[in-house]
Order: sequence, then C-alpha cells, then structure tokens
Amino acid sequence: MSHALSRVNDVSEPVIHAAGLTKVYGDTVAVGGIDFDVPPGESFGLLGPNGAGKSTTMRMVGAVSTRTAGELSILGLDPDQHGPEIRAQLGVVPQQDNLDMELQARENLLVYGRYFGLPRRVIAQRADELLAFAQLEDKAKSKVDDLSGGMKRRLTIARALINDPRILLLDEPTTGLDPQARHILWDRLFRLKEQGTTLVLTTHYMDEAEQLCDRLVVVDKGRIMAEGSPSALIREHSTREVLEVRFGSDRNADAAKRIGAIAGLGERIEELPDRVLVYADNGEHALAAVIESGLEPVTSLVRRSSLEDVFLRLTGRSLIE
Amino acid sequence: MSSTTARVAAARSRGEGSGPRRRGGGVRALYAGNARSVVVRGLVATRSTNWIVVLTGVVEPVFYLLSLGVGLGGYVTGVTDPAGHPISYAAFIAPALLAVSAMNGAVYDSTWNVFFKMHFGKLYQGMLATSLGPLDIALGEILLALLRGGVYGTIFLVVMTALGLNLSWTAVLALPALLLIAFGFASIGMAITSYLKTFQHMDWIQFVMLPMFLLSATFYPLTVYSEPIQWFIQAMPLWHGVELVRSLTTGAIGPMLLVHVAYYAVMVAIGMVFTTRRLRALFLD
Ligand SMILES: Nc1ncnc2c1ncn2[C@@H]1O[C@H](COP(=O)(O)OP(=O)(O)OP(=O)(O)O)[C@@H](O)[C@H]1O
Ligand SMILES: [Mg+2]
Repeated sequence: MSHALSRVNDVSEPVIHAAGLTKVYGDTVAVGGIDFDVPPGESFGLLGPNGAGKSTTMRMVGAVSTRTAGELSILGLDPDQHGPEIRAQLGVVPQQDNLDMELQARENLLVYGRYFGLPRRVIAQRADELLAFAQLEDKAKSKVDDLSGGMKRRLTIARALINDPRILLLDEPTTGLDPQARHILWDRLFRLKEQGTTLVLTTHYMDEAEQLCDRLVVVDKGRIMAEGSPSALIREHSTREVLEVRFGSDRNADAAKRIGAIAGLGERIEELPDRVLVYADNGEHALAAVIESGLEPVTSLVRRSSLEDVFLRLTGRSLIE
Repeated sequence: MSSTTARVAAARSRGEGSGPRRRGGGVRALYAGNARSVVVRGLVATRSTNWIVVLTGVVEPVFYLLSLGVGLGGYVTGVTDPAGHPISYAAFIAPALLAVSAMNGAVYDSTWNVFFKMHFGKLYQGMLATSLGPLDIALGEILLALLRGGVYGTIFLVVMTALGLNLSWTAVLALPALLLIAFGFASIGMAITSYLKTFQHMDWIQFVMLPMFLLSATFYPLTVYSEPIQWFIQAMPLWHGVELVRSLTTGAIGPMLLVHVAYYAVMVAIGMVFTTRRLRALFLD
C-alpha cells in the first residue's frame, strides 16, 4: 500500500482517475460512462441537474458503491480491492447529513476519529481545532438535534476533516443554507483548498461552481456534456453577455420569433417560459435593436454569461427547474 | 469521451459488465480490525439508553427465580441435573433463567437497537464512509450486546450464589458460557434484523421467542414432553443454552457440553456471515 500511495505523490499522477465509469441500477443507467482525472490539490466540480448522477459518482469515488463497469482509481488504488484504505484518506460530506443523533457535537467528532483508528489524543486536539474552524465552539456540548441546519452542515464538514483527508468529497455542501451560511462555508472550503486539500464537489448552483471550482464537468443524464474551467466553459459555449427580456408569459413565444428575425442581432436566442434570452457580445446594443424593431419588453436585463447559460446551451434545459 | 462511452455501451450490450462485478479485497475490504471503536461509540451513547429496559432485564429473572423457584419450588420434587442427580427445583430453574436472560438481553440489543439504527438514523452509513468495514460494525454491535449480557449474567450469578443455588465450582464457567449464548443470539438476531423492513416484521421475532421460552426445559424437565416435541425442543437454540448453563452450575459435566458449545459456535458463524453480507449489500451497494 505504501508503494501505491507514494506513487501518487508524484505531481503528475492524478489522485482520482475515472475512465468509462458506469453505474447501472436495474434498468436505470445512473452514470453512463464518464471520464475524468483530478490532479492533487485541484478543486473539481460536478455540475448538473437533479438525477444527473452526481451523488452516484461521488459514492463510487468514496468507495461506498461498487461500479458496474469502467476504471476507477483513487490515490492509485482500486476501490473494489482497497475500500477501507481509500476511505481512510477521504473526507466525505454526503448530500444528506448523517450525524450521530445520539451524541453531542464534540462527541460526534471524537467518535468519528475513532472509526479511523486514530489515537485518542490526536483526535481530541483535532476536534477542538475543527470546532473552532466550524465556529461551533459554544455548541460543543449541544445535541445534534438542537443545531440549526447550517450548523449541522458545518459539523458534518468538520467531521469529514477529522482524519486529515487528502481528498474531501462534498455532495451539495450548501444546498438548503441561507446566503450568509453559504458564504461562511465557501470561506472554510477556500481555506482548505489553500492548504492543498483536493476538493471534489457537486452542486447545482452555478455561482458556487464559479466560486469554488478550478475545473468542472457539466453532467446530464449520467454523461459529461462539457469540461473545463468555469471561465473557459463560458467563453467556449456562450457569448460574453446575455440580454434577458420579458414580455409576459403569453407573448414570449411570439416576441422570440420576431427577435429572431432581426438581422445580425445576436449569436443565439433561447425562449424560456418566462423570458427570452438573447446571446450577444454586447447586450446593450442588442437591447437597442430589439426596441428599435418596435417590441416593448416589460422588463429587460443585461448580464454577463454564467454557467447556467452553458448548461442551457448544452442540454436545452435549465439547471434548476 | 464519446468513443469511451460508445465502448462501454457496446460492452454492456454484449453482456460484459452488466452483471455484478466480482468484488475483490476479501476480508480486508470488510474488516478493518476496529470493532472496538463501534463499542466505544455505543458506550458514549449509553446516556440516551432506555434504562427501564436495562433494569427490567436485571430484575425480571430474579423475580421469576424468587417466585417460582423458591416459592413454588417447595411443592415440586423429582427434578434432576443433566447427569440425573436429584436437585432442588430452584437449582433446576435458576441456570435456565440465567440463560434466558442472556438471550433476552442479546436479542433486545441486536434487534430493536439495530433496527432503529438501520432505519431511522443513518449511523451505519456514516460509519461505512470511514475505514470501518461492515464486519467491524456487526462485531462491534454484537460485542456491545455481550457487554450488557455479561452484566446481567454476573448479577444473576451473584444472586444464585447468595441463595446457595450454585452446586459446583464449575458455576464460574457459566459466565463465559453466557457470553457465548449471548453471542449466538445477538449474531443471529442482527442477521435477521438486517433483513427486516418494517416494525410489523419485528413482531415476528417476539412470535418466535415466546414459544421457544416456554418450550425449552426452563420450567420442566425435557422428559415431561412427548417424543416429537422433545426433538423439536432439542433442535432449538435456547434448550442448548439452558442445558449448557445448568450443567455448569450443577457440576454435571459431560460430553454433551461440547455439542452445546458447537451449536452456538455455528450460530455465531452463520449470523456473522449473513449480517456482514447484508450490511455490505445495504450500505456498500
Ligand atoms: N440506490 C439507487 N437505486 C436505484 N436507483 C438509484 C439509486 N441511486 C440513484 N439512483 C438513480 O440514479 C440516477 C442518478 O441519481 P443521483 O442521486 O446520482 O443524482 P444526482 O445528480 O445526485 O441528483 P440530485 O441533484 O437530485 O442529488 C437517478 O435516476 C436515481 O433515481
Ligand atoms: Mg445528489
């Protein structure tokens, strides 16, 4: 094992390697053959809508779900053969918190450390550091039930760090949190990244992906649709700016047709149920052209392209339904 | 990417990789040698234990012993130890009650407690995301049940000694015997529980336990039953437990002891194999 692990200390060696990774449940193809490599220290994201196969992928990478086909190696080891050794090097934040409800907050960290077979003294010291890291010092003796959703999430992340993992797997770390709690979490994750921890996270929030990920894959229906850094993906699959115009729900379709007829307006037009999107490098110019053509939008907005637009472009669907 | 996906799709349509892939790693993938941490967790969590249940487990057999053995026992004569020597009725049922209490403690811990953890907390899911394997969890939970069984048993043995019902020095061996009995029941209990899906199913366990308790040579010698029922009783685990403990507290040592011990060893093995398999299927799919 030490031989296998030392190999991945080589900078060029990815800490996660997946090729043709597939998971089939009965008739459902949850993950349909995906390929990706994550080099050490990278912050890697899986972005996709509900049911895309993000959690399934995370569970396979976390060595708690056996792949149906394909190659997978974590820290140079095959999870089929070396589950416990791999898991010893991982920190896992599952989509749904699974804290130990019968224990207090600090006890959750202590006991979890024991599961990794760590010495008691090391665990006690780390538990205190992690409670501080998660800003939960004054909740150390609280029952898990008495913590708020955001506190539980932070405790789950703290718990995932008790074994000083080389890779941290975060499945929708901030779903269900208010904006302030999200920003606190992002800040904590950013610090970990600075310390060299490899992060793998799933999300369906594009702002989160843009904030946290060096590189990401856009997943839909178990397939990878695109791969790259957030800015490269936007550059490649969208225009610089987007004009959003609303005409009222029953008039959007008609307006979209008329906008489409305006020559040289934008690269592409998307009609959504509640608005029309015009992809153009200069949004203000596009807006002027729309108004000039005699259309009267109820509201209009010019913004920069985001990963949401990339997703819409690649799949024809919105990321958040 | 598209070529790889196509390759996988082609492989799947040819039937390769569509069945479950063989899982390697052997015992090392299932067992990290750290069942102790699961026991530690259980001890830390005892604060929220239902202490009434614990207390009942201690008091109930003592109550039976005093009312039946000492009270009613005055009117009962003609019972013998497993080697055929006449003994008092109290000395006859005390070891049986001891075996029964070991069984009850182990079954409670390995069924209700485990069922709750499997279905209402995501405890095992969290444990299996660490370096623990399913066998660590199964062993840890069972050791915890044994710990409780051991405490019950010791208290009851002390009561027996105080009442003069331990007829031989071999009674000290009743304690390890009790732990073996508890291990057997806890192991099977956890295996069965891991297959149950609803609370209604949990009632089936009671449904099996009660007749086994009544038909176990606890209160009457085996010879009062007709031959087919005797065979049935002797096939049941509790009878072996009762006979094992009774032989030790009365000093009726014989080769049958080995049969009883072997019976429980098999129970332990079967229970562990199925529990481990089931936990792996449930949580490491
Ligand atoms: N244990 C399972 N048994 C059967 N089907 C499953 C199982 N787990 C996932 N699936 C199916 O696999 C597909 C992908 O699910 P997955 O949970 O990976 O999606 P996701 O991208 O995490 O979605 P979400 O954003 O909703 O969390 C879904 O169609 C789901 O129904
Ligand atoms: Mg998910």
